[in-house]
Amino acid sequence: MGMKLVVVGNGMVGHRLLEELVALRPPGLEITVLCEESRPAYDRVHLSEFFAGKSADELSLVAPGFFEQAGITVRLATRAVGIDRAIKRVTTSDGGVIAYDKLVIATGSVPFVPSIPGNDRDGCLVYRTLDDLDALSDWGRRSSHGVVVGGGLLGLECAKALRDMGLETHVVEFASRLMAVQVDDAGGQLLRKSIEDLGLVVHTGKNTLDIGDGETKRHRMTFADGSHLETDLIVFSAGIRPRDELAGACELGVGQRGGIMVDNFCRTRDRDVYAIGECAQWGGKVFGLVAPGYEMARVVANHLNALLVRSQAPVLPEFVGADMSTKLKLMGVDVASIGDAHGATPGSRTYQFSDGHRQVYKKLVVSQDGKRLLGGVLVGDAADYGTWLQMMLNGLELPESPESLILPAIEGAKPGLAVDALPATAQICSCNNVSKAQLCEAVAAGATSIGALKQATRAGTTCGGCVPLVTQIMKAEMKRQGLAVNNHLCEHFPYSRQELYHLVRVERIRRFDELLARHGHGLGCDICKPVAASILASCWNEFVLQKEHASLQDSNDYFLANIQKDGTYSVVPRMPGGEVTPDSLIRIGEIARKYGLYTKLTGGQRVDMFGARVEQLPSIWEELIEAGFESGHAYGKSLRTVKSCVGSTWCRYGVQDSVGKAIDLENRYKGLRSPHKLKFAVSGCTRECAEAQSKDVGIIATEKGWNLYVCGNGGMKPRHAELLAGDLDGDTLVRCIDRFLMFYIRTADRLQRTSVWRDNLEGGMDYLRDVVVNDSLGIAEELEAEMKHVVDTYECEWKRAVNDPQVRRRFRHFVNSDAGDDRVAFAPVRGQLRPATAREKETRFGRLPTPVTTE
Amino acid sequence: MRRAKKANWISVCELDDIVPDTGVCVLVCGEQVAVFRLSGGGLHAIGNVDPVSGASVLARGIVGNLGGQVVVASPIHKQHFDLRTGACLESPGVGVRAWPVRCEGCTVQVRYDTA
Ligand code: SRM
Ligand SMILES: Cc1cc2nc3c(=O)[nH]c(=O)nc-3n(C[C@H](O)[C@H](O)[C@H](O)COP(=O)(O)OP(=O)(O)OC[C@H]3O[C@@H](n4cnc5c(N)ncnc54)[C@H](O)[C@@H]3O)c2cc1C
Ligand code: SF4
Ligand code: FES
Repeated sequence: MGMKLVVVGNGMVGHRLLEELVALRPPGLEITVLCEESRPAYDRVHLSEFFAGKSADELSLVAPGFFEQAGITVRLATRAVGIDRAIKRVTTSDGGVIAYDKLVIATGSVPFVPSIPGNDRDGCLVYRTLDDLDALSDWGRRSSHGVVVGGGLLGLECAKALRDMGLETHVVEFASRLMAVQVDDAGGQLLRKSIEDLGLVVHTGKNTLDIGDGETKRHRMTFADGSHLETDLIVFSAGIRPRDELAGACELGVGQRGGIMVDNFCRTRDRDVYAIGECAQWGGKVFGLVAPGYEMARVVANHLNALLVRSQAPVLPEFVGADMSTKLKLMGVDVASIGDAHGATPGSRTYQFSDGHRQVYKKLVVSQDGKRLLGGVLVGDAADYGTWLQMMLNGLELPESPESLILPAIEGAKPGLAVDALPATAQICSCNNVSKAQLCEAVAAGATSIGALKQATRAGTTCGGCVPLVTQIMKAEMKRQGLAVNNHLCEHFPYSRQELYHLVRVERIRRFDELLARHGHGLGCDICKPVAASILASCWNEFVLQKEHASLQDSNDYFLANIQKDGTYSVVPRMPGGEVTPDSLIRIGEIARKYGLYTKLTGGQRVDMFGARVEQLPSIWEELIEAGFESGHAYGKSLRTVKSCVGSTWCRYGVQDSVGKAIDLENRYKGLRSPHKLKFAVSGCTRECAEAQSKDVGIIATEKGWNLYVCGNGGMKPRHAELLAGDLDGDTLVRCIDRFLMFYIRTADRLQRTSVWRDNLEGGMDYLRDVVVNDSLGIAEELEAEMKHVVDTYECEWKRAVNDPQVRRRFRHFVNSDAGDDRVAFAPVRGQLRPATAREKETRFGRLPTPVTTE
Repeated sequence: MRRAKKANWISVCELDDIVPDTGVCVLVCGEQVAVFRLSGGGLHAIGNVDPVSGASVLARGIVGNLGGQVVVASPIHKQHFDLRTGACLESPGVGVRAWPVRCEGCTVQVRYDTA
């Protein structure tokens, strides 16, 4: 028997239901989806990333071809307007009528807009859909000042978005503190301070009575205490209201405070109608988080599947409520609340710790006997969120003195969460309901990298909060299964890159043969030699072409240029910050013309000259050096470029001199060898024209100083950089970068960009910030000293090379002839030269007369 | 009438011209030969033209060993070539010619066989 299923709403939860059903493949199911929005499901949780540059496509939750392959009919921009339960029909906004056997309502919720007179004026907005965000950025462009009404989780997220758009941003909260639901008074105060430090203005205890015309700005908000505030735009974020109007109209049973009432199978009082997600009410509660919604979707999918399969009566999953612990994302302020944060459980005991200097507040709520964790609040440092959550959810026994959990760690003494202590049933990823057992199974089935594990189980793919824990479990399980987490560099060294780095540092090893004799065997290879070369250079910074280092270098480093497909090289002089004088530019042009080089501008704001023969390199560089240029290290795993925007010198929006800063930084870190290449950028204001947030190190000017972002990446897998620290003065900025880079150099794997390193860093950004900014490991001084050594011993490699006759002699194609490589040939392209194709070489067409100048 | 194969040892460079554990390219009767010097003392010579990319670059690769084989990695796409036989480890059937090479006093010589 078939079943016609109609799903109303294609939001996060409605779509998860479809995915669950497709995975179960029940026979005879025919699905129609009504989607009010003009786009199918997208990731609302990460909606704010739209402002950080994520496109609507990137936010989409729909795998390409998903609907087509599954045979699901989707009707976009079509709203359900009525349900006739007697004849089982749904009517739609375009006048259609659709019959159903089973109906699932997944209509989500709407932002609650308090009934303040004037709340519907132009420029009064909400924050829920992509369309809302479009409207917001539209109004944002025409405004200089914005107010968010509501200081809850969502309100703060929205406030951050407004601030990032460059608006002066105020948060107006009715209650006496921010995030009143999640945190207590003490936490709220600290939170307020941190948020104000981000440049936001917070007003608590404000009851808005009226919104009318402003005198200096578009609106004036008048408050019950007689004060007022003028602003150009207002966003309401004062809670949500379930969209239960369809259900209400057909008497499905709607709770007093909203929400369609459902049972443990998410059925409404009509057995053929289900409700899931934020429109549903279970046990008197509406769940405004995505994880409970996903759980409801799973319950309903299994229920429908059982009805269709009918073979046996398996034990069906039931919805039994959900944990409402939350962590604030994005804001640059850590806030988390777990379980019974207010200590409402009778007899519960609380412990509190606060550190006004570091702006950290922690509160622990434990059971009467002190053995179980009931809840907690973390402000300023939420690194323990995952651990605490697991302790609470799994009822793990607490250490003898629970307060040790909140006191600052005394070197390694902090009781961590041993993942082995977690039961197999422990839910590790709450967004996707993935248990420890499921993770272990997937590891056993071959998912032995975090990427593979995410793909196999979906763990970590929604809010990302569980990734550190998932990684720990993966590693523990691999170890347990004897799947040696083999991080040996290659057959010659039974060590990881980190370990080798450590050995080199500690034993003060300065040469590869010494390293090989002490810790390796064989001759080495093209994997370990460049790694050793890089480590030796990071530590001691000796000339890379010095006799004992030369043979270790990758071909590019050996010739200090990038090899091209035809065996010729490219030449990239450094142009710090992308700044270049007309005279220097002319010199580059002259040199390129003289040697017949193809030129183009790179993506890194400098000039690349291609087609240089190996024997030409020293003379080309001699001329470049004379013209004042230095090596650009385009060939090295080292600092590439520090991109800059024009900044306050010329730009009417700039708040700091981004070009000057970029040049300083490029000059400071040039020549630094690292596990992979390093890219920086500096933008002069939040408009971010230098695209700093796509760099390993990105710096954005603020009114007060510089915001430092780290671990961004373009390339194969783009990743936005994350805020490490805000409003830094110039010296602190440099100190933080010194520490960050040296910590990366110490601990990263071979060829691991900072972004991948960060994704694999246990403890994530919180941990990194702790190490770099708060010096939690007590190594900051060491890191700075190590960097100082590299900076102090910098010399231009090319200058050294052209002046060293021994080295210079190596730049020949033949040792026994002055002839050039006769297999190199060029053909014309748009007024310049390109490598000739094999075909062209055969026909001798490639033997174009090319100006070849050698020494 | 057939002429007997004639072996010519051709002097190509001094040993000092080759940094230990690297290679150089020498021209031998119009052919490009990559000559490698190992720090342990061994000399090897193979064709210089990388058969995979067509570029004349094998002398510029990193020298090392993979298991029992002494190899050079092409700088273009990192295929490994056995320094003794010229065979490519990654693609059976692909390879370069191996040349006899020796050191006479301080002079490196490659043997060029004429038909
Ligand atoms: C020349 C340039 C392209 C251009 O004409 O614009 C370029 C050329 C090469 N890139 Fe790039 N990349 C260039 C900018 C970029 C950028 C844009 C940027 O830096 O702003 C990116 C993305 C940003 C990023 O890295 O996060 C970029 C991402 C890559 C990647 C992918 C890295 C990743 O993490 O996914 C590779 C491959 C790799 O490094 O393993 C790569 C590798 C290469 C190599 C080295 C490939 C190779 O081994 O031959 C190319 C060397 C060409 C040469 O001989 O100079 N190139 N490459 C750019 C040089 C910039 C400079 O001035 O130094
Ligand atoms: C900015 C923002 C940040 C958030 N951050 C987090 C977070 O960090 N963690 C977290 O757990 N949750 C977060 N949430 C909440 C999370 O997005 C919701 O819990 C989740 O989207 C609920 O899914 P849903 O399917 O029930 O509702 P929705 O995703 O809202 O989907 C409902 C869909 O149904 C459509 N619809 C409504 N009525 C009809 C009709 N009559 N006919 C057809 N279609 C209809 C709507 O247009 C909508 O597309 C955030 C929400 C926002 C807005
Ligand atoms: S994108 Fe690819 S082809 Fe183009 S320069 Fe970069 S690495 Fe080379
Ligand atoms: S808990 Fe949100 S992705 Fe795992």
